[in-house]
Amino acid sequence: MRLVLEKRESRSRKVLLFVPIISFGVSLLLGAIVLAASGANPLKTYIYMARGAFGSWSGFTETLVKAIPLTLTGLGVSIAFRLRFWNIGAEGQFIWGAIGTSWVMIFWNFLPVQLLLPIGLLMGMITGAIWAGIPAIMKAGWGVDETLTTLMMNYIAILFAEYLYYGPWRDPEGFGFPGTRPFPREAWLPRIAGRAHWGLLIALIAALLLWFVLYRTKWGFEIKMIGLNKRAARVQGVNISRNIVLVLLVSGALSGLAGATEVTAIQHRLMKGIDMGYGFTAIIIAWMAQLNPIAVVFVAVVMGGILVGGDQIQMMMGLPASMGLVLQGLLLFPLLAGTIFSDYRLKAVVQEEVV
Amino acid sequence: MQLITTLLAVTLGAGTSLLYATLGEIYTERSGILNLGVEGMMMMSALAAFSVSFYTGSLLLAVIVAMAVGAGLSLIHAFLSITMRANQVVSGLSITLFGTGLASYLGQRLGPASNGRNLAGMSAKSFSDISVPVLGDIPILAAFFNQDIMTLLLFIVVPAAWIFMFKTRSGLTLRAVGENPRTASAMGIPVAGIRYIYTAVGGMLVGLGGAHLTLGYTPGWSENVTGGRGWIVIALVIFAGWNPSRAIFGAVLFGGINAIQFRLQAAGTVIPASFLNMAPYIVTIIVLAVMTLLGRKRRGTYSPPSALGTSFAIEDK
Repeated sequence: MRLVLEKRESRSRKVLLFVPIISFGVSLLLGAIVLAASGANPLKTYIYMARGAFGSWSGFTETLVKAIPLTLTGLGVSIAFRLRFWNIGAEGQFIWGAIGTSWVMIFWNFLPVQLLLPIGLLMGMITGAIWAGIPAIMKAGWGVDETLTTLMMNYIAILFAEYLYYGPWRDPEGFGFPGTRPFPREAWLPRIAGRAHWGLLIALIAALLLWFVLYRTKWGFEIKMIGLNKRAARVQGVNISRNIVLVLLVSGALSGLAGATEVTAIQHRLMKGIDMGYGFTAIIIAWMAQLNPIAVVFVAVVMGGILVGGDQIQMMMGLPASMGLVLQGLLLFPLLAGTIFSDYRLKAVVQEEVV
Repeated sequence: MQLITTLLAVTLGAGTSLLYATLGEIYTERSGILNLGVEGMMMMSALAAFSVSFYTGSLLLAVIVAMAVGAGLSLIHAFLSITMRANQVVSGLSITLFGTGLASYLGQRLGPASNGRNLAGMSAKSFSDISVPVLGDIPILAAFFNQDIMTLLLFIVVPAAWIFMFKTRSGLTLRAVGENPRTASAMGIPVAGIRYIYTAVGGMLVGLGGAHLTLGYTPGWSENVTGGRGWIVIALVIFAGWNPSRAIFGAVLFGGINAIQFRLQAAGTVIPASFLNMAPYIVTIIVLAVMTLLGRKRRGTYSPPSALGTSFAIEDK
């Protein structure tokens, strides 16, 4: 007897729903091996992580604090991935969002202070969009591979932010602290509970809007067509180059907005540590959510929980917080391995085939 | 003259890890598998090499373990993209995300208790330069012949890789699988098996590149030891046009940027350090754009293996 893969007549939606859930369980199991091998108690670690992230109100608000930028960057990455444009530059677009917003907050003091927040957030979206637009134009115009350009631009963005907060933008009264001076208090994005802020509403609206655009408009249909079959889409008269640039502007604006809300609601300044890695977690989120904007929200909360749980085990057990990153990294393996079963089913062949 | 020799020597030292990893990725991509996990694999093998050297003092063992770690991670990618026909871009990314996360975690767990279990800041046995007699005393040439054993070995490894790929039957098989898996399969070549083998071979070479980072070029472990080198390697494969011998130029170019960076930083220039550190990433983007435009003009010499990044199954029509 041997096992063979048989193609299904149509994609199984049930498999697509269950695979992410099973993957989560498998990644916990694999993570337990890593924990045990490095001399930590897996069960105790997981309990501390879960309790830290979801076990208390204050823990849950911290999870939301992380889920907000993760939702926005997750949305940004997934809309680009829908075109099969591998934008792995959400981290850099996030940082540029933070830079753009900080620029308005610190230097546009000719504006009435009530206008700083909306204009600041808008500027963050614009700078994020520009940063994503550059590799999009290089791809649409010359065919330059986007995985590398978007990735390289992350490093450039991080170094540029570093130049700003160590150099010309450094707070003169900050005692050498690597950061800008704080934004005017009246322009901060208000908080709802704990550190969780109104970015939550912004992220939810963004998810709903994106869902509407993707599933209920002609543009959404065009994006889907390009992702499924570029050649067929071109034959149908869809302008692919224009769509790549437009979609990436939206993608970058979403990640930029994530960076913008982060600096206006949490740090209240541009400072060292702005490269928080949300843009990379966003890749995992997008894929887990199978590029569905509504699913992105839920996955982002789980991922936020894993990150908060990681911080928690560092405080409570002295384990490195990067265990959270290990678990997130592990998530994609069973997910990628399992996706095949939506298109194929496993079948046992009993008798030997006659050649 | 002295300055040129020194700069050249530093260039070669910095380029060594890039060259090993680029050779590895060339082998993998030639078989049709795109592995974007290089950054994660380099990071993990750099950590593995350093920790083995730290605890055993054996450089040979350290290098072997680094190769095994590189191969092990690349086999996950092989399983996902060949057997499970997963999207190769996302699979490679998952290797990078997992590898960098795990290296960060283990780097803070595997160290001695006296250092809070942290490996950063520890020192371990590392490669020292070997001066080749006679050749090592000639100006300019001295740069090539006062290097550690891993750099010196490249004088054999690179030509061997080129000969293997273009002058042997096995090399022809490898290229056939990457160019046209259907025809290769019809000729009786086990496509999946060949792809597994060269993904693993690629992983071993990437592992060597990682080992040289922590045991040769900048001895010691730190969490951002690779600093995007794994991604630069992916670009260097394109720069080399998937040819082992041309990979040398890319490694020298980027090694040279590193060398000049250090030189300028040490000399104290008016250019802020942040901008100096951007150089490799900006150059990568420029190189990529130029190569893409060149590849369009001269199809063949600079174009990728035709089946790169696609999965292959006999039953698919």
